[in-house]
Amino acid sequence: MKHLLAVEHLERADIERIMERAESFAEVGRRDIKKVPTLRGRTIVNLFFEASTRTSSSFELAAKRLSADVVSIRSAGSSVDKGESLKDTVATLSAYDPAAIVIRSPHAGAAELVTHWTEASVINAGDGKHEHPSQALLDTYTLRRRLGSLEGKRIWIVGDVMHSRVARSNILAFRAMGAEVTVSGPPTLVPRGIEALGCTVSYTLDAVGEADVVYALRMQRERMGESFVPSIREYAVNYQIDARRLTPRQLLMHPGPVNRGVELAADVIDSPNSLIAEQVQSGLVVRMAILYELLAGGERAGGPRARPEELAEAPPIGEPA
Amino acid sequence: MSAVAISSLSWRRADGAGLVLRGARVLDPRAGIDAPHDVVIRDGEIAELVAPGSADPGELEPVDAEGLLALPAFFDPHAHLRAPGHEHKEDLETGTRAAAAGGYCGVLAMPNTDPPVDGAAAIHALRRRADREASVPVGFLAAITRGMSGEELTEMADLREAGAVGFTDDGWPVPSARVLRRAMQYQRLVGGVLALHEEDPELSRRGVMHEGEVSAALGLAGIPSVSESTMIARDAALAAYEDARVHVLHVSARESVEAVARAKQAGVRVTAEVTPHHLLLTDEEVRSLDARFKMNPPLRAEDDRAALLDGLRSGTIDCVATDHAPHATEEKEVPFEEAAMGVTGLETAFSALYTDLVVPGVLELELLVERMSAGAAAFEYDVPSLRPGNEANVTLVDPEAEWDAGAEGWESRSKNSCFAGRRLRGRVLMTVVAGQVAYRQRSFAMGVAA
Repeated sequence: MKHLLAVEHLERADIERIMERAESFAEVGRRDIKKVPTLRGRTIVNLFFEASTRTSSSFELAAKRLSADVVSIRSAGSSVDKGESLKDTVATLSAYDPAAIVIRSPHAGAAELVTHWTEASVINAGDGKHEHPSQALLDTYTLRRRLGSLEGKRIWIVGDVMHSRVARSNILAFRAMGAEVTVSGPPTLVPRGIEALGCTVSYTLDAVGEADVVYALRMQRERMGESFVPSIREYAVNYQIDARRLTPRQLLMHPGPVNRGVELAADVIDSPNSLIAEQVQSGLVVRMAILYELLAGGERAGGPRARPEELAEAPPIGEPA
Repeated sequence: MSAVAISSLSWRRADGAGLVLRGARVLDPRAGIDAPHDVVIRDGEIAELVAPGSADPGELEPVDAEGLLALPAFFDPHAHLRAPGHEHKEDLETGTRAAAAGGYCGVLAMPNTDPPVDGAAAIHALRRRADREASVPVGFLAAITRGMSGEELTEMADLREAGAVGFTDDGWPVPSARVLRRAMQYQRLVGGVLALHEEDPELSRRGVMHEGEVSAALGLAGIPSVSESTMIARDAALAAYEDARVHVLHVSARESVEAVARAKQAGVRVTAEVTPHHLLLTDEEVRSLDARFKMNPPLRAEDDRAALLDGLRSGTIDCVATDHAPHATEEKEVPFEEAAMGVTGLETAFSALYTDLVVPGVLELELLVERMSAGAAAFEYDVPSLRPGNEANVTLVDPEAEWDAGAEGWESRSKNSCFAGRRLRGRVLMTVVAGQVAYRQRSFAMGVAA
């Protein structure tokens, strides 16, 4: 695999390979020295055109744990704010000969576009409302650790599906792993035609009791001003996941950051059902596994930046740097 | 209402020596002509059609046209030639060269320039420029509202006096029914067709592609089909009430075809056009997130495409228009949501439709030929005809030639074609406007009789 752009392009075997690699990095993470030399001497550029705390810090730390040099660029104050085009920004950064560019953009397809302008591997850290593949992989990883397998599990994704790249990537990833996916939210926030991704739609939570996993999405307050929902209060009455709706056998997930009291009630966030903290932990090892897959994995297509001799010399994971 | 000659539009006219197109298959479905002939063109007119090989060229230039189709030249009622203000995308010279290369003997230019064409001086200036720069006749439409802001009417009488062939705010709808109604009332005084970009901005706002399964999967804001069809229904009702003459630009959705059909049945004086890209492509193309497939109205679903084709066949849709919308590379080499709306089309329209519809037997060649020039009638110009005595507006096409669109570059200044790189069948080799050769394909050996 050269790039990670969308879950849409992944086979189940690809997902499983990354999950297994993440398991081995989790083992490394329990040691005193958590760093491995796999990417020593290689550069990873984080290019974030949108505010992000957990994704950017998680990618940065993942790269550092693999001993890569990391450059992180945020749009505020950068040349991007001075009118430089994405193409020119990428061309400039490519002069540093990065092994990978991790990009977060408010626009669908931005990561894909970048692949035309650089020889680096490109990782989509969220493109508009399109996809967020590393989030889907870490969510899948988190669930696999808890459930063993997703085969036949029922997963409900609840909330603002329309504006959520997490929802799109997760529908595809959970489906690929054999789960049945239902999306639920007000009709104004469930896009027409979403069923084509292989999910079913329910406009109410009446049947949410059937779910093995409830995955709540972030509800942004500005949706109210755009007439998507009449009020946040009414939204919460109809779609908030609280202790009344969540039974002890059901697992709860959320991509963060949580709006307490909107999509989730405080009593469930910190309950034993909640996998929210585990999701953040998984983010680190899964992103290490993604970087490893693209930059040191055996199945990488030999592009001009592939250095087989170096890869062969790379010490196996697990040896301290 | 009597129609006027296409050559009366603005262009760089010259005296042609006259031509004999020898042995072409002359196909003019409207005139009931389909047979091999020598086409004798003299003094800007089709002088006579005679048996192949029987015409004596004399002073006239002989052109070996055996195996070629001689068609009534095409007319595009909808192109963006970008002058004034956006000459980095296109100008009258490059735009009309592209038109000639596509087999067009006339184009109508839209007024969404910078500044918009909303005053008589602008029309005068454009017509003077076209007299120097345009290799095919160009008609200029003027804006319906000042600054195309949708609020106040332009000085429509002055604009008509200056030579505006009609009125449109194309690129934008006229959101206010009150303002559009006033324009319709004023049309009684000044004439000229009102060409309407039908879109309810309340429904389409922020949309960048067709609303459907593909937009749901990509997370892109959708432009629902009903944003177009509801406005067509509104404006058809207004046109019926005011007895106005309206032309619906670039119909894209099934519901819109149905709305136009209902209006026609009710006797509304309405015509409609469809573009090659809407007839040939669907929103599936947008899965690539390639901005070459971004335009307004957007590529819609397969069901819509089928309805457009049916509409073109039945005559609900009168003509093919390109909506040729050139943009600079840097305006398209950006993420889809950021990219400019529009695709070029003049140089590929006939070949793309011929390749994907006529060759596989989906559409009859005769019907395509008829619809490629019918836009002239919609704007009250003479429809090109190959019957002797008519102005010699002729396109020579090699129906067997294959070519890779864009491989040899474009005549247009811009490259944002959604057919670029496609292997196309059928190629325009020569375009004759009022007897004058406006275009010859480079490899088409000319002048020497076999």
